[in-house]
Amino acid sequence: MNEIIESVKNLSIGFNSQKGKQISILRNVSTNIKKGETVGIVGESGSGKSTLALAMMGYIKQGLFHLKGECLFKSEDLLKMSSRQLEKIRGRKIAMIPQNAGQALTPNLKIGYQIDEALRLHTDLKKTERDKKISELLNKVRLPSPETMAFRYPHELSGGQQQRVAVAMALAGKPDLLLLDEPTTGLDVTTQAHVLELLRFIAKDTGTSMIYVSHDLGAIAQVSDRIVVMYAGEIVLEGPARKILKEPIHPYTYGLLKSIPKLSLAGLPASMPGSQPQPGSINEGCSFYDRCNLANDNCKKNSPDLEHIKELDTNVRCFNYKELINQNNNLQTSITKKTNNSEANEVLKLKDVSISYAKQKFFDQLLNKISDQNPTVKDINIDIKKGETIALVGESGSGKSTILKSIAGLLKTKDGQIKFENDRILSSDLKMRNPNDLRAIQLIFQNPDESLNPNHTVEQILSQPLKLYFNLSGEELKKNIIDLLKKVRLGEFYMSRYPRQLSGGEKQRVAVARAFAAKPDIILCDEVTSALDVSVQAAVLNLLQQLKEDLGTTYVFVSHDLAVVRAISDRVAVLYQGRLCEIGPSQNVYKFPSHPYTEVLLGAVLEPDPDIKPKLVAEDIVEEKPPEKGCSFQGRCPRKIGDICNSEVPPWQIGENGNAIRCHINIEELASLQQ
Amino acid sequence: MLLLILKRIGLGLITLFIVSLITFVGVEVLPGDACTTYLEREAYGAALDACIKRLGLDIPADERYLDWASNVVRGDFGYSLSGEMPINEVLGPRVKNSLVLASVSILIGIPLAIVLGIITALWRDKLPDIMISAITIFSMTIPEFISATLLILIVAIWLGWLPGIVIIPSDATFYELLSNIILPVVAISMIMTAHMARMVRSSVIQVMASDYVQMAILKGVPYWKMVFRHVLPNALLPAINVVALTIAWLLGGVVVTEVVFNYPGLGRLVIESISNRDLPVVQALAIILASIYVGINLIADLMTLMLNPRLKSLQIRK
Repeated sequence: MNEIIESVKNLSIGFNSQKGKQISILRNVSTNIKKGETVGIVGESGSGKSTLALAMMGYIKQGLFHLKGECLFKSEDLLKMSSRQLEKIRGRKIAMIPQNAGQALTPNLKIGYQIDEALRLHTDLKKTERDKKISELLNKVRLPSPETMAFRYPHELSGGQQQRVAVAMALAGKPDLLLLDEPTTGLDVTTQAHVLELLRFIAKDTGTSMIYVSHDLGAIAQVSDRIVVMYAGEIVLEGPARKILKEPIHPYTYGLLKSIPKLSLAGLPASMPGSQPQPGSINEGCSFYDRCNLANDNCKKNSPDLEHIKELDTNVRCFNYKELINQNNNLQTSITKKTNNSEANEVLKLKDVSISYAKQKFFDQLLNKISDQNPTVKDINIDIKKGETIALVGESGSGKSTILKSIAGLLKTKDGQIKFENDRILSSDLKMRNPNDLRAIQLIFQNPDESLNPNHTVEQILSQPLKLYFNLSGEELKKNIIDLLKKVRLGEFYMSRYPRQLSGGEKQRVAVARAFAAKPDIILCDEVTSALDVSVQAAVLNLLQQLKEDLGTTYVFVSHDLAVVRAISDRVAVLYQGRLCEIGPSQNVYKFPSHPYTEVLLGAVLEPDPDIKPKLVAEDIVEEKPPEKGCSFQGRCPRKIGDICNSEVPPWQIGENGNAIRCHINIEELASLQQ
Repeated sequence: MLLLILKRIGLGLITLFIVSLITFVGVEVLPGDACTTYLEREAYGAALDACIKRLGLDIPADERYLDWASNVVRGDFGYSLSGEMPINEVLGPRVKNSLVLASVSILIGIPLAIVLGIITALWRDKLPDIMISAITIFSMTIPEFISATLLILIVAIWLGWLPGIVIIPSDATFYELLSNIILPVVAISMIMTAHMARMVRSSVIQVMASDYVQMAILKGVPYWKMVFRHVLPNALLPAINVVALTIAWLLGGVVVTEVVFNYPGLGRLVIESISNRDLPVVQALAIILASIYVGINLIADLMTLMLNPRLKSLQIRK
């Protein structure tokens, strides 16, 4: 157990800036990986974690240079090896499981060939033995029908299945060390939990050492023995997983853990100010100085070394870490938010809304109707009160974004009505809506990189809605823009900047400001924090809450992340395959009794706590179409009671907490089952 | 799959029908008709009447279109005015000549372009790339009438190695053609190869930067194996359509080059028949060129479909 399998010594990797300056993105990193151990490397985007992981395979991305230090695998330096030597190590001794298997599998080669390739390169097996081995491997990663799976192309599999193929491919060479680069990012919650379960099983089963790189402390907490926390290219904290997660003694890790929304906590997570410094911008002092609340003059001038603390078995890079020892109970706190006044009027009603993506047949087109008996979204009834935050939650394919697009008028409804203010029916066609309705409903998108025009300055971006809806110009326009920027806590000088000159969080703030520029009644938020780092996510969530409390805006908040939804929403609607499963006040939806699907989702959430293990109750299968009749969740339900689930749409039952559940099982029985 | 092919062929036929209609209507609405343009100053009295009678121009336009179209379907384009011979006889050798010029250029130019594109991409920003890229960009920027003229000046006049212009009868045999077409082929290939090599280069570079190539490297796949199995099949797929357009362009006659070298191909026939106002030949050429484009694009689309597993299963599912 104590044999060191790979050790990184004083590794620095960097690039040459346009001005010819050498800028390092990894600075003096040293760490050891022991045999049989799983090390989690955690950090936000730009912390250098992926660069470190790739360097541990002797791979340095194009444009980057090895500045100093070494990566010793079994006391041989990978960074000095020829590509011929590396070919013998990669895939055979150290194997990689990539972040996005969908893009990491070669699209024109069949699954079987890609696994066979690894076997041919790294084993001496004969053709027939290899064929047997391929089905063995596919079986081991729990893929359905491994015999036919080998003959399929990567794009014919679901995201979770692709990831499993990547695992099988990595296992083919029987490596001593597995490198996992964000292997579950981008997968659905339940799939993510299943893949993690598989990885943990493999680690135990084969005794392989693993390096698990992720931004997600929840996933890291489930698999790691030891955790390395990276910030701005340096290791800031390193130690046993439990210690790091329960008693973090570095202010960055402490803040990071506090900024993660947790299922067990109502209210918003605390946010850290600022964002990670850009590579090359740190000249002297601690790289976390700007964002640290323990910082003093010493931290500004001198950068701390990684210090080993024997009694905690931890390395920490902070002068003031002692102030954080025994502060752990503070981790379980959150900012309480003002709850919504439930007496308020309804501002938006969805009545029997159905939406179909089916192509119209020629005759139906003439009659302007959509004849789809089994539409993507069906029978949605939601009344939204003024000033509340209602969240639509579900995995990919649950129809949550589809509903949002329909409210925005970007997608026509098949049936049903969308009523706005005093039961006035909104046309489902954007062109038929009057300008004031268009102003009243605004949309914020998931990815600010794509929703902000890269050729416009922040001033131009924000002036568009102001000109369009309020005809502002000149001084008044400028004053309004500055006001908006102030609202989202950005200074006046941001006006002349282009989106590419902003960090991810700043971009999303501009997108928020743009939505608020129209003085809307309702803002539709489509996964607005999923592209952001955790610490930035907390700040954006707090900002949205603050703006709502000040201006009385209504939010329809779409997210796949149950913890985020718990933090921000007043009410939650859970969707599966475009059908409502459960709806109610958020504190009640997160309590039992729940709809079986909500139960599955809640069980699969990964908490940044090694003591809370995900519960895998439902099969990890992807359904392409909602079932034609009966309950929408019949295909995966762990509590299915029989034929009635397949034939009849379940009735709504209202629990004593006020949450409505659509299930054939009596709600009291459900409560006792779930205890 | 079969349904898809039939659907595409059907669409191609509709395109051809529209092209034929447009050319026919175009000829109709032009002032004057085939007889007045052909007879010019003698277009009066008995000569004009006889001509109109001979060409059947006194029949209503719609009937004439149907008559002409049904003949075309049967492979008969009618009579050329200037040569007073069947258009098929005019076209035959021209098509053959263009085919020879095009196929030799394709056989040399396309493999060369692909190889150059791959070399420049794999040795990106290194000496081979810098040199080849400089040459390709250079030959891309010189217009073909200049490069063709320079070729004649240097190779034919100064060095005297090859004939400067093609002086062969339009029904020359293949071997007679061969020595005559070297210079035209070089002139054509310079531009064509340069364009395609640039395209292949950027496509290979894009694939080399993809996640799956990084994954193949990290899997321990040796470099050349990776290039041939993981990079090229994916990088060359988008090239198919460009190659198809190039082939269609070549078959349709490379007008400028043919004129400079006095090459008796389709391109020069287009110029000749337009300046001779030989309207039946212009009509025939329009149909033939359109069929070449439609046909080759159809083949390219089907090939992309067959070779790209993603598109293939998408189509089958539909």
